[in-house]
Amino acid sequence: MHATSHATRARAEADRIMTVCNSCRYCEGLCAVFPAMEMRRAFPDGDLDYLANLCHGCGACYYDCQFSPPHEFNVDVPRTLAEVRAQSYARYAWPAAFSSLFARNAHTVSIAAAVGILLFLAGFGLLERDSFLIAHTGAGAFYALMPHAAMVFVFSLALLYALASLGMGLTKFWRASGGMAQAFMTPRFLLQAARDAGKLRYLDGGGAGCVNENEYPGDRRALFHHFTFYGFLLCFAATCAATLYHYVLGREAPYAWYSLPVLLGTVGGMGLLIGPAGLFAAKLHRDPALREPESRPMDLAFIAMLFLTGASGLVLLFFRATAMMGPLLAIHLGMVLALILTMPYGKFVHGIYRFAALVRYAHEKAQSKEAALS
Amino acid sequence: MPDPERHYDVLIAGGGNAALCAAISARRTGASVLVLEAAPKFLRGGNSRHTRNMRLAHDTATETLTGPYTEEEFWEDLRRVTGGETDEDLARFMIHESKDMLHWIARQGVRFQPSLGGTLSLGRTNSFFLGGGRAMLNALYRTAESLGVVIRYEAKVVALEIEDGHFRSATFVMGERPYRVEAAAFVAAAGGFEANIPWLKQYWGEAAENFLIRGSPYNLGTVLKLLLEKNVQEVGDPTQCHAVAIDARAPRFDGGIITRLDCVVFGIVVNKHAQRFYDEGEDVWPKRYAIWGRLVAAQPDQIAYILFDASCLTLFMPSLFPPIAAPTIRALAGALGLDPDALEKTVDDFNASVRPGRFNPTELDECRTEGLAPPKSHWARRIETPPFYAYPVRPGITFTYLGTRVNREARLVMRSGATSSNMFAAGEIMAGNVLGRGYAAGVGMTIGSVFGRIAGREAARHARN
Repeated sequence: MHATSHATRARAEADRIMTVCNSCRYCEGLCAVFPAMEMRRAFPDGDLDYLANLCHGCGACYYDCQFSPPHEFNVDVPRTLAEVRAQSYARYAWPAAFSSLFARNAHTVSIAAAVGILLFLAGFGLLERDSFLIAHTGAGAFYALMPHAAMVFVFSLALLYALASLGMGLTKFWRASGGMAQAFMTPRFLLQAARDAGKLRYLDGGGAGCVNENEYPGDRRALFHHFTFYGFLLCFAATCAATLYHYVLGREAPYAWYSLPVLLGTVGGMGLLIGPAGLFAAKLHRDPALREPESRPMDLAFIAMLFLTGASGLVLLFFRATAMMGPLLAIHLGMVLALILTMPYGKFVHGIYRFAALVRYAHEKAQSKEAALS
Repeated sequence: MPDPERHYDVLIAGGGNAALCAAISARRTGASVLVLEAAPKFLRGGNSRHTRNMRLAHDTATETLTGPYTEEEFWEDLRRVTGGETDEDLARFMIHESKDMLHWIARQGVRFQPSLGGTLSLGRTNSFFLGGGRAMLNALYRTAESLGVVIRYEAKVVALEIEDGHFRSATFVMGERPYRVEAAAFVAAAGGFEANIPWLKQYWGEAAENFLIRGSPYNLGTVLKLLLEKNVQEVGDPTQCHAVAIDARAPRFDGGIITRLDCVVFGIVVNKHAQRFYDEGEDVWPKRYAIWGRLVAAQPDQIAYILFDASCLTLFMPSLFPPIAAPTIRALAGALGLDPDALEKTVDDFNASVRPGRFNPTELDECRTEGLAPPKSHWARRIETPPFYAYPVRPGITFTYLGTRVNREARLVMRSGATSSNMFAAGEIMAGNVLGRGYAAGVGMTIGSVFGRIAGREAARHARN
């Protein structure tokens, strides 16, 4: 009942609200959060973090709720869970000392981007003073400014660090929420979670559509998220393709516009322009009742980061044959490095924890089905 | 902003399911429509906000309904719950019309889902709204607005100009300013009077002060009273209301479904003197929950306490407030402000009379008392495992039965027996025609949608002729 004590005010509020929701259940058909809630009678911190990360913030339950503000029961599920969710990112950050990077996340991300760009500008400018501002063409043009091996070294190291940090965060999150390791070893739960995440199944108000600006559905966030997410994946695929070109085919970048890496990167880069722009606009128009002011800078910083990474890549593509190639390459590499290094300390982690929450949900649902049958 | 003082084809008082179905159907029939909703926008929709499903007849299973529910079965259910206090002709007509409502309401944007957890027994008969009643209302409002229905919030009807059963105009107050609006036809869909405590006191005396109103504080019955004053024929017992026992800690108004308690059958219920007063295990809960409001209303100070022990805690749906807990019965009495000796004796007497038997929480089992007055006929188990729990309960009023008589066209019938030329009614304000007493889940919404749709259509037809 109300015996559980909580580490933060937001979690105490989420517990209160889940108790209200659990005695109503009208929203059961909207998403995964409410069925998961119904499997519980008490809501300790770890479970609340799980439910908060299961919530996609579609907003439907806020307008469907007869007890949302100004009702005295003051039930605001999307905003409360958004707050718990944002706090959970910091809570599970690794190393723990870096969790404060979430507190002023827009600063963290902007400084990382600025430092990244400056490092490359300075590096190119100082080390390759003679070739920095002249046009390079032909195979290996980029490597006139930075040797391929150096590039591979820097970015592999950054990526390995980010992956290790994300992995540690995920482990902490999974343990705190009481998830069983077995669920992560079961292919059908992973597949189910991948399908649900890939389609954003729970970002559609149970079929009625999401809400954002007012009580009527008409929100396009799912579409713009698809642009962003699949754009990001295509950009990553472009990098992988380029790596294969380099090592397997022995061909050096820059590649022709019709080559696989450039095609993938161009389409992905455009996704990273359209998607984040759409998400930004949706954020501007979001009903204040649904907004979670504290995590807004973090959300916006991530959106901006993705947009600028995509934009700097495309600009580099268009002007790579000019004398501007040097500075543009420095900017793009700086952005990418900053993006990778801030992945464990920004909005990027939402994808990791949400996926984990979806795996846990798939597991729980299977368990409760089995229990009902026996 | 359109001029509120202009002339409309159809004027609708109310803003719930019935009013919106009437508005949409009138507008689709070609009429200009003004809806006057007394509540502010957030609280729009009256008691429909708190609903979750409606009972519609259907011949086959659907994506969300587990099996057929024929007109005949629906009628049998209605006859049973009302004890025959229903207008059979009108009820059968409504049930017949309810079949098409499933499709009509979906075309207005309302979405359905399979029955909610804990309501399996309704999965075949009742269509559950995706997201509940407020989601359903939002869909109807959105459709009405897109069709060009004019909606005014915080617009309270204060007077009706009616001559010989013919509606001429209504006066409503909005932002302290009175407006007079003329219309060719009028639809009354403004609910009952359950939130009007002075009115309830006429029948219940001071006890009504201790009633909690489960739904909208705007159901004051103003339009109902105005119509009855203008010689519209009344229907339904004015003294009766649908009352259940809800958590005494619930707010005075608008606590909705989450303050309900489904644990009476698993424990015992005592009044402020720590005395039992009714057979808690008389029948399964869905068939008995609606009598407990009246039972508690008859107790001193309109308060009672459901007592049970640790063995029952997870047998029923969780509700908003946690139960009051104590390690002993005496301590529980202290926490509740009851006489510890009296409560201990009541529990001891009860425990001593419990016969052994096999407990089955889902059906009428063999656990009963012997030699106890009043008896507990089923689910009687000794209250002996600490901690001990209690929920304080008060009467929670859902709706009132008094209404206006209508015919198949949802047209108001005057006291003389003549029908009104241009006045119609739908929803709770005329529910007494088919629901003279009792209740079956989702029937209120059936009445609202079916008669709302008809009232709107007939009002628009009248206006266009």
